[in-house]
Amino acid sequence: MSSENPIWALISTFGLMSLFAVGGAAAAVPEMHRVAVDVHHWMTDKQFADAYAIAQLSPGPNVLIVTLIGYAVAGVPGALAATLAMCLPTALLAYYVSRLLSRPSQSHWPALIQTALVPLSIGLMAASALILAQSTDRTFVALLLTAAVAVVASITRINPLWLLLAGGLLGFAGIV
Amino acid sequence: MSTDSAPAAQEPDHPANHAPPPRLAALFLAFARMSLAGFGGVLVFARHAIVDQHRWMSADEFNETFALCHFLPGPNIVNLSMVFGSRLRGIAGGVAAFTGLLLPPTLIMTVLAIIYAHFGDVEVLRRILAGISCAAVGLLIAVVFRMMTPLLKRMDVVVLILMLGVFTAIGVLRWPLQAVLLVAIPLSIGVTYLMRRKVAA
Repeated sequence: MSSENPIWALISTFGLMSLFAVGGAAAAVPEMHRVAVDVHHWMTDKQFADAYAIAQLSPGPNVLIVTLIGYAVAGVPGALAATLAMCLPTALLAYYVSRLLSRPSQSHWPALIQTALVPLSIGLMAASALILAQSTDRTFVALLLTAAVAVVASITRINPLWLLLAGGLLGFAGIV
Repeated sequence: MSTDSAPAAQEPDHPANHAPPPRLAALFLAFARMSLAGFGGVLVFARHAIVDQHRWMSADEFNETFALCHFLPGPNIVNLSMVFGSRLRGIAGGVAAFTGLLLPPTLIMTVLAIIYAHFGDVEVLRRILAGISCAAVGLLIAVVFRMMTPLLKRMDVVVLILMLGVFTAIGVLRWPLQAVLLVAIPLSIGVTYLMRRKVAA
């Protein structure tokens, strides 16, 4: 696929990926990493980790990490193509399904399926964390920072943005 | 970031009732605003704006619609914008909400991508991004931990094994997502179904 027009590669990759992305954007990160770094070599491990950081730091849905991947592949057209490919097909699917189900049915299958998907999406997100940690936490101090943020964010209700900024500050100071 | 209690929101009370359906421009602007406020996740802001601030939907309607979007593939909040918009104003409303949610942050992200492409190798920026990356991974771990807590409390061994299996297959073995899900989803649905029946029996 990568030998063709890069825009098409982006559209087919992310269009297909979105249809399998059950559990939201964080759950799709391992697959994005696999495709962008391991399969197509669109980015290095480091660039991918940076893209994830930028997407977290910026406003908007976190799925927009695909905008950064798209830009790395094919500039502004690539950024737009990747974003639309990731977002539009499933949004249209949701539109049609919601019209079909415009009345809440008595069936218990939707609830059952949702319950069944919960452990899978948590497993996927944990995998995202591991994959990202392997590229970011190469020093002991970095590992310590990640662990500290994980603990603080777990036990307090602090706005996550402050923790990201604290990380940036520690990086700026050359500590991490 | 900015609190949403902007002016203009003070209309006379519609007791327990909906506001009239919004105009397309209002829908676009509302979703653009919640998107730009949503650092690290838009859902909280979306609920606040749609249910509390504009009263376009009741809390129950919101939950129902979100459950639907959660169980469908794709970025949940993006699906949500399309479904919400179309429920209020038809397909045009869906498109207005969808573009409102995505257009402004996509433009910001594109600008950031350009900046990164030019200055990504500058030493100071490298260090800052490295620090932010570490914190971002920590945040992700915290989310995973919070979502895991109810499962751990119930000590549902089968569920925990499924979770661990997906984690190992994707995170450690780096198998392709499609293949893993093709096995894991039917398996998990089957197990959940059997456990429900056992509880009911």
